[in-house]
Amino acid sequence: MNIFVRMANLDRRWIFVFLFLVVSLAYFLRNVTSVPVNTTKEVESIYNFIEGLDPGDKILLALDYDPSSLAELHPMSRAILLHCYRQDVKVVGMTLSQYGAGMVEEVFRNVKSEAERIYGKTVEYGEEYCFLGYRPYPAFVILGMGENFRIFFPRDYYDTPLDDLPIMHRVRNYDDLECVVVIESGTAADMWLVYGSARYNMPLAFGVTGVMAPDYYPYLGNALFGLIGGWKGAAEYEKLLEQEHDANRGMLAQVVAHLVIVLFIVIGNIGYFVSRKKTKIGD
Amino acid sequence: MTRRQLATYIFFGVVVILFAISVALKGFFVTFGAFLTLAIFSFLYDDNPYYKFAEHLFVGVSAAYWMCMGFWGTMVPNLFGRLYPPMVGPVIPALKDNPSDPFMLIPLILGIMLLMRLSSKAGWISRWALAFVVGTTAGLNLVRYLRSDFIQQISSTAMPLYVTNSAGFSLGETISNIVIFIGVMCGLIYFFFSKEHKGAFGAGARAGVIVLMITFGASFGYTVMARISLLVGRMQYLLDSWLGMIG
Repeated sequence: MNIFVRMANLDRRWIFVFLFLVVSLAYFLRNVTSVPVNTTKEVESIYNFIEGLDPGDKILLALDYDPSSLAELHPMSRAILLHCYRQDVKVVGMTLSQYGAGMVEEVFRNVKSEAERIYGKTVEYGEEYCFLGYRPYPAFVILGMGENFRIFFPRDYYDTPLDDLPIMHRVRNYDDLECVVVIESGTAADMWLVYGSARYNMPLAFGVTGVMAPDYYPYLGNALFGLIGGWKGAAEYEKLLEQEHDANRGMLAQVVAHLVIVLFIVIGNIGYFVSRKKTKIGD
Repeated sequence: MTRRQLATYIFFGVVVILFAISVALKGFFVTFGAFLTLAIFSFLYDDNPYYKFAEHLFVGVSAAYWMCMGFWGTMVPNLFGRLYPPMVGPVIPALKDNPSDPFMLIPLILGIMLLMRLSSKAGWISRWALAFVVGTTAGLNLVRYLRSDFIQQISSTAMPLYVTNSAGFSLGETISNIVIFIGVMCGLIYFFFSKEHKGAFGAGARAGVIVLMITFGASFGYTVMARISLLVGRMQYLLDSWLGMIG
């Protein structure tokens, strides 16, 4: 078997091993070297929107993902929450992910502690943020919140009546919030567009997994005012916030992995075309 | 016992000892999480019992978790808690003083009708409930999708091909809008099959294919990014949380 045929028929396990080694090496070097991250308009627009809010303004942050997407989406949740706490913007949190409620509650608690450490200010539950928890049937929850949050969330995650939370005073529906930011890994994104934006026309922005990002670019400028796509988007937000963390540190591994995959695609194609040419000559 | 079997047993023994040490140092759950991660990764080499174990455990736990969440998060507070609040008082004290809502009998009846599907003789009854669900969803979706996926998309594509702003002519936005306009038109031409793809129309269709290929390429790039993010996340767990190799 000549080298070109071998190139075209390379065992996929060699690719996995090589990719694992290269990404491991890049991950170990994440504190030694980094790759430049350029910000894009769709991420800047979310950053600028929150930056332009007044202290005391409120937003709805829906973290609709579960532990399987934690690695990819947590950096953007963290960055947006930190940004809100820095700007004294109040955050009403919730989730439409059945497997995500416990994890999202932990995300809110961890980022609260981190914000207190970084910005030296107190972030109190019920005052600066609250977590409403999970409710099933995303479409109906989204429609219901457009009328009144209390229809589906009479009480928060900790069983406190919503009216007992200072942050929820004078908050009835989307009209009482400045915007809705959805960090999404599932199908609820479509429902936010169809039942949220199309029905209630509130300012809506998405942070989505890399796989989902291309599907939602067409909505930019009409239904969405901003879009954070995967780790690259999270890295951009971290850079704008000047809080470079997991997403920025992981960008070296991303770049190297992309280069490795491009390399293997080129090798596979060279092998395929050369071996095909030889077969034709042989015929 | 052959030499190969002996080597397998020794390897297995070493792995068990290492995991036992890990349990002592890092605790059971961190070690078990690492074991499950490695068990899933082992599928990349070939199918094996460790992968099967992790896969079945995941499916079983997910199904059980979903069922419990569905019952305690939906049925109890939204159905029983509204039909007869004192009934759920012992488990959700906050609901016991709520007023009873007899209208919740309707979803209860519809739910029971759906379950009739399990019976071979009375299965037809479930169609009535299903028809209600399909009809409601179709009605809700028709208007909303028309707005979000049709009208709004058309209005976003109908952009000025000569853009000026406060600083005057904007070359970047103009090019961007022209690319979007041509891309959409060529994409539509490609999917128009009532006319043969020949001449200028064929050229438009070929350009449409190129636009589609670029879109798929961008999609693939994003997919790679997503998968590598997950890989890095798992590596972070293995190397940092489990082995403590990275500070």
